[in-house]
Amino acid sequence: MIKPQTFAVSAGQIILQGTALSCIRQDRVLFEQLDVSVRSGELLQIAGKNGAGKSSLLRILAGLAQADDGSLYYLQQPIAKVYADYAANLCYIGHHSGIHEQLTALENISFWRAASGIAPADDFALLATLGLAGLEDVPCRMLSAGQQRRVSLARLWFTNCQLWILDEPFTALDQVAIVMLQQHFFAHLQQGGAIILTTHQSLSVAFVHQSKLELAYRW
Amino acid sequence: MVMLGQFIKRELRLLARQKADWLNPLLFFVIVLCLFPLGVGPSPNLLRIMAPGIVWIAALLSVLLAAERLFKDDYRNGVIEQLVAARQPLLSFVLAKLFTNWLSTGLPLVLLSPVVALLLNIDAAGFVALLFTLLLGTPLLSLLGVMGAALTVSADKGGILLALLILPLYIPLLIFASAAMEAATTGMSYHGQLAIMLAMLLFALALIPLAVIGALKLNVS
Repeated sequence: MIKPQTFAVSAGQIILQGTALSCIRQDRVLFEQLDVSVRSGELLQIAGKNGAGKSSLLRILAGLAQADDGSLYYLQQPIAKVYADYAANLCYIGHHSGIHEQLTALENISFWRAASGIAPADDFALLATLGLAGLEDVPCRMLSAGQQRRVSLARLWFTNCQLWILDEPFTALDQVAIVMLQQHFFAHLQQGGAIILTTHQSLSVAFVHQSKLELAYRW
Repeated sequence: MVMLGQFIKRELRLLARQKADWLNPLLFFVIVLCLFPLGVGPSPNLLRIMAPGIVWIAALLSVLLAAERLFKDDYRNGVIEQLVAARQPLLSFVLAKLFTNWLSTGLPLVLLSPVVALLLNIDAAGFVALLFTLLLGTPLLSLLGVMGAALTVSADKGGILLALLILPLYIPLLIFASAAMEAATTGMSYHGQLAIMLAMLLFALALIPLAVIGALKLNVS
């Protein structure tokens, strides 16, 4: 399924780096002086208890929220300078699915295809890969939570972004889908991609370059 | 351009599936117009004098009604958040929303204008003015309404806040549109008023999409 492609950044180079990041929410310090970086070919797992600040960190890394302190670098450049390049090379799938319940799986996928600037293509095969054969024309509100998550993650099968930032991608997925998704991660990392994700599960596939950042819950 | 076309197609699909979103404001417009003769009396002269004000107030209320839900679903299910993260498709998304919002609420008002003219005893000259002011004015109504919708998308009780924010901004439009129709019924030229409405529309068209993008970014951060 994966098109062979090479990314501009060679393997091993740091793609995204955050130094001395701090985040304060409702007068509570979620984290401070946090250094985080992800290299080409690396999978970074962010773990921690509920409320430890995993999603807040992801949103800061994705440029959606501002850190209260610290700086972010994309390819060694301050992010504010190269934000357009960074955003074009980033695939962020957040806590919410990003699919519209009134639209069918096919329509949602073709919307994200267009939004990623990718020409429309035959998505039936992609939906079959995702285990959604026969459900192409059903409005997404009729699908189960796990099936909706699959539609939402379909973006990862056609995006040409190098960096993926995923918030709890395994939520509601069954065991088969979780393994399939991890194998897809593996292929993306092999091509020089990079992934930052949060999950409470331990990953079953052995990734070549894998690191884990544990966020402690602070009072 | 391909992206814009795809986004417009998506919005049209959603409009076709959620008919209440655009049919209800339209019915609201018609009902308000029907209520006025009952309230102020059916005297043809009185109605003709009041017609410009009635039509325009009903129009801007119905456009506000349609604007309220415009971004709600996409905000709730995370589409806007992910589009903001990707940054680049945001402009096309906003333009598609603006265009389809006008298509589903502004254009039907223009098409309904003959019925309105009959209901309120507007003469031929007044009807032509009504048609022109609606053609120039409804896109501006949509633009301001969409801006308000973007600003209030994360507010729980966004509806009333939207009205309080946006209704004052409709005042200049209301003044010039009513003035144009009054001038038309007294047989005077109303090109000046139309030109000012066009200027307001072009000004808003240039700046409001940027304001909407800014408001959406603010609401997801």
